[in-house]
Amino acid sequence: MKEGKELIRLDNVSKHYQMGDSVVKALSHVEFKVYDGEFIAIMGPSGSGKSTAMNLVGSLDVPTHGKIFLDDKDISTLHESELAQIRGKKIGFIFQSFNLIPNLTVLENVMLPMMFQGTDIETRENKALELLKLVELDDRLHHYPGEISGGQMQRVAIARSLANDPEVILADEPTGNLDTKTGAIVMEFLEKLNKEGKTIIMVTHDPELAEEYSDVIYWLKDGQLDKVTKRSGKRFIDVTKKKRKTHEINGGK
Amino acid sequence: MNTDYLILALKNLKHRGIRSWLTLLGIFIGVTAVVALIGLGSGLQAAVGAQFGISATQVITVQAGGLNSYGPPGSGVVDKLTTGDADAIEKLSAVEMAIPRNIETIRVEIDDELSIMSAMSIPYGEKKKRGWEVLDIEAEYGRLLQDSDLKKIIIGNTVSKDESGSSIVETGDKILINEEKFEVIGILEKKGSLIFDNIILINNGVLEDLIGYGDETDMIAVVIKDADLMDRAAEDIKKLMRKRRDVDIGEENFEVSTPEAMLDTVNSVLGGVQAFIIIIASISILVGALGIVNTMTTSVLERRREIGIMKAIGAKNGQIFMQFFFESGMLGFIGGLVGIIFGTLIGIAGIAGINGFLGSELTPVIDFVLIGGALFGSFAVGAIAGIAPAMDAAKQNPVEALRG
Repeated sequence: MKEGKELIRLDNVSKHYQMGDSVVKALSHVEFKVYDGEFIAIMGPSGSGKSTAMNLVGSLDVPTHGKIFLDDKDISTLHESELAQIRGKKIGFIFQSFNLIPNLTVLENVMLPMMFQGTDIETRENKALELLKLVELDDRLHHYPGEISGGQMQRVAIARSLANDPEVILADEPTGNLDTKTGAIVMEFLEKLNKEGKTIIMVTHDPELAEEYSDVIYWLKDGQLDKVTKRSGKRFIDVTKKKRKTHEINGGK
Repeated sequence: MNTDYLILALKNLKHRGIRSWLTLLGIFIGVTAVVALIGLGSGLQAAVGAQFGISATQVITVQAGGLNSYGPPGSGVVDKLTTGDADAIEKLSAVEMAIPRNIETIRVEIDDELSIMSAMSIPYGEKKKRGWEVLDIEAEYGRLLQDSDLKKIIIGNTVSKDESGSSIVETGDKILINEEKFEVIGILEKKGSLIFDNIILINNGVLEDLIGYGDETDMIAVVIKDADLMDRAAEDIKKLMRKRRDVDIGEENFEVSTPEAMLDTVNSVLGGVQAFIIIIASISILVGALGIVNTMTTSVLERRREIGIMKAIGAKNGQIFMQFFFESGMLGFIGGLVGIIFGTLIGIAGIAGINGFLGSELTPVIDFVLIGGALFGSFAVGAIAGIAPAMDAAKQNPVEALRG
């Protein structure tokens, strides 16, 4: 199993939302670690808290309790703009609904994250061209998102996620809006990136997809970590007990 | 870096619906009005001045004014000036000559078509010669009147043409005035003046025979010996006329107008018009600014998801703000740019029209400082209008914004 340096650590993280008079506990006492080069899946049915987990891991949101470390830096108390800077540099997002900017061409969409990092225009364009070649879309550079297929849009999103050469790619249901064949192509790209050393965190509700591609699967249920399974050869073994024990020591459940 | 936001703003604007562009009408109208007004500039003054017949700089005009206090109320009877007044004025030291002028309403029949026009009396001798000079009257066709001309007239340029501009009267033609036959011996050059282009000039004695005004006169054109004596002459005339008409200071039933005073009147009228246009332009720009606030606020709401995406891929609050700020500024800028183009075209067309009308050679005022200022101002109005929506965009929570 690949186990490089620790990239992300969630320390007893909870996220609660105030909804009128009641408090919704979207995530409670969750902890896990992501190591450099891993392919992680966050699994769970609808309402299990996986989107909340993704938002926290992706530094889109900060926890109500607990701490999140990215490259050993506590990001749980950072200001919105500091978080933006960090995620722009270190995390690449791939969304279920592609989330490309409709008014920008394929090339411009891929260039955009680099603009926010202050990269000069020439470097931006060269890098975007290189990435679009990688996802085999260099013949669609000047098309708008509305002019290409779903699978192509997701490949543009993959290229965009790689723009600032991030350490982690965060993919939220990357095949959710695609047919099986197109979904498989997208997953092959992600697998290829992982083999080349990128850390991938995939949020999915599809256990088959999770088991086919990931090294470690964090199973969420009702906002809590239900189990952790780890690839061992062609099988996945439950390593929850050990984790749960740590969890209990930390005063979780 | 700012160029990036500018390009991004332009790209977003390119994909905007007609609704966004309609909000620019306010800015567009405001800037068009201001630029056109400045473009027309002195042309407007010249055009209005010509309508008042202001051309000679050495002539004071004396006219009777006010109601006769002895007449029945509302009768509108005016104490007319007389040739005696003109003779008295002529004796003043600063005055070269005083020319009485009568302008009478006459019935003119051309090609069996009857119309009502004005005829102006032309004096005799030296006064006739000076009159042509002072009024800057020259014949385009034929010749000017001579003292010996009896049933002969000169007509204004417009009188000689029909509505489409084709000639209906030529020199040598005979037309009926108050049922009497007159020969047209000259047609005046076009002067761009409502008065002189539509007038018929007749020797004083002949017009008096036709109308019978006796020694009454409508106005007296007073030629001053030297332009420097203008103010003194005007004061002397007022003093004399008060005495002759037996009125006190402040109760004058006559008017003594110097060219400057008439020009001042024109300028004050124009100033009023300009102030009105500027008020309308300001209101337009204000409405335009509010339109931009509205369209940008809607845009932020519609593009929440886009804001969320940009934040997810690393846009900081300031960068989101800048994007919407520039977009808003560019909206104003484009409104201003189109306004400048239209305003300049209106200015050029207006001046061309005035030149055609007056036969003048005025040039439109194209003030590059004004254009630069208008462009910057339009951008600023747009940008300021966009501050609140841009701040709203920047403050969006990325997680909520991503949900759309």
